[in-house]
Amino acid sequence: MSSSPLTKTKNRLIFSGAWLIWSAMYFKMLFFDWQIEWSYALIDTLTTNGLLLVTCLLVMINLRFYNPTKGKFFHLVILCIAASALYTIIIRFGLASLLTANTSYSLFVEKSIALRFDMAFLITGCAALISTLWHSQEDQRENEHRKTEAEKMARDAELFKLRQQLQPHFLFNSLNSISALAISQPHLARKMIQQLSDFLRGTLKKEEQQQINWIEELQFLNLYLEIEKVRFGHRLSTEITSTPESNSKQLPALLLQPLVENAIKFGLYDTTDSVKISIHAKVENNFLIVIVQNPFDKDTSRPGQGIGFGLSSIQRRLHLLYGRNDLLEASTFNGLYTITLKIPQL
Amino acid sequence: MIRAIIIDDEPLARMIVKEYLQQHSGVELLAECNDGFEGVKAIQQHKPDLIFLDIQMPKINGFEMLELIDHSPAVIFTTAFDEYAIKAFESHAIDYLLKPFSQDRFNKALQKLADQFSSPSHSTVSRPLLETVSQIAPQNQRIVVKNGSKIKIIPVEDVFYLEAADDYVKIHTKEGSFLKNKTMNHFEQSLDKNLFVRTHRSCIVNIQQITRIDPYEKDNHIAILKSGGRVSVSKSGYAKLKGVLGI
Repeated sequence: MSSSPLTKTKNRLIFSGAWLIWSAMYFKMLFFDWQIEWSYALIDTLTTNGLLLVTCLLVMINLRFYNPTKGKFFHLVILCIAASALYTIIIRFGLASLLTANTSYSLFVEKSIALRFDMAFLITGCAALISTLWHSQEDQRENEHRKTEAEKMARDAELFKLRQQLQPHFLFNSLNSISALAISQPHLARKMIQQLSDFLRGTLKKEEQQQINWIEELQFLNLYLEIEKVRFGHRLSTEITSTPESNSKQLPALLLQPLVENAIKFGLYDTTDSVKISIHAKVENNFLIVIVQNPFDKDTSRPGQGIGFGLSSIQRRLHLLYGRNDLLEASTFNGLYTITLKIPQL
Repeated sequence: MIRAIIIDDEPLARMIVKEYLQQHSGVELLAECNDGFEGVKAIQQHKPDLIFLDIQMPKINGFEMLELIDHSPAVIFTTAFDEYAIKAFESHAIDYLLKPFSQDRFNKALQKLADQFSSPSHSTVSRPLLETVSQIAPQNQRIVVKNGSKIKIIPVEDVFYLEAADDYVKIHTKEGSFLKNKTMNHFEQSLDKNLFVRTHRSCIVNIQQITRIDPYEKDNHIAILKSGGRVSVSKSGYAKLKGVLGI
């Protein structure tokens, strides 16, 4: 790992501050409590704590490259004991040779050596512990970041795939209709090309995660419905109602079209009569509610069970976007199949 | 003169076939049909040589419609289905036209048909086609049968059991039994294997209908259904049944 807790300026300040406070306290202890001459106390303070600082830094640098795995924390303890022992030896002989003139001070150094080791052990221990915690937290954060990144990529790919699967059949059938119109009703063919182009551009332009206004989605949906009406002739009719306050409400782009596509397929392929698809939008409790209805044949269909690919992919998309499974409901009543879609308004 | 029928639920799709046919004076268009039901009727009535058939249509799809007709005309599929799906049965239909198709491509399909008709070995094409289709099609959710002149769609959940009956398979449901000109193997292949088990050479049973399995003679068993029906279970059938039921 290339970073340590001390790469951040804020942490450096805290670290230096702590060191200064500790050194001041140490000096105060020698000078006032132990009555050691101020020059000796100062030299002792500076050497002892300077060396302690170096020891702590060494321990922390060491931990940059070695992170104890779970249950291996005794490695940390050993590291700290070793560092503290080394420190104590250096202090013992270093201070003694520096300040031999004063025998009472030499005596004090000798007496306090065990205490110095304990202090060094405690402080390096703290430094090691903080450092380890910091590193494991960093690790975790990095893992989490990677995980969300991976999840996002998987989600995008999945959404893309779900969208792709819905298109080609519609596209080719529409092109076939245009081909048929080209000779007999060229102006209609041209109009349909226009609508199809606008529709396709709409699906290409929009991002999956993007939220758009209901009114925009409705305009987009109308393009689609117009094309389908040309394809199926008078067999298909639509009824769209929406309350004025729905207009500005948000929903994920490209969610409604597959729902309506499903209703049309279901309606048109389940009966041989003409089919009316109704779409109704309203606002309730901070939800945009969209209801799509199509007729079906009670005798031959089991809409409750086989909702088919169209709906399950929408359900999946809603789950990916909102993490909820209760936003899409299907019910049947009186030969009408009703889908209720609830979009939370954030 | 080749006598033809167009079966497609989209008016414009029928129109384009009609338009392309204008270049072929040797083909006489007998009828245009909106869906499979009309298709069955028109085929029965006119006995055409050729049908242009869409696959995705209301109520019953193109394959299901073919299963219902006794007369077997040559078939040219006109569909927007993906190529890979259609490749599998390509060899058994005269041709398949992927929408949107050109006049040239259409002419080629009719040329193929003319070649087939002129070759001495030409015979019915629909039967092997259907066998292939049933192998590639996803597990059937329903069975389409003809009951007199009426077409009946049976959701598979409503089927109690199937029984071999000479050249036919007898399908027992709560609304009585229906005959279908198919093999037991066909149904064993095409029905959901978690729901239907071939318990005997001549029986396939819907496991959700079973209430009890009793021993019967040596090595054999008999399954008692909710409806009171009794279905033979052979030794190997019993093993299969135990596997699916998890006992």
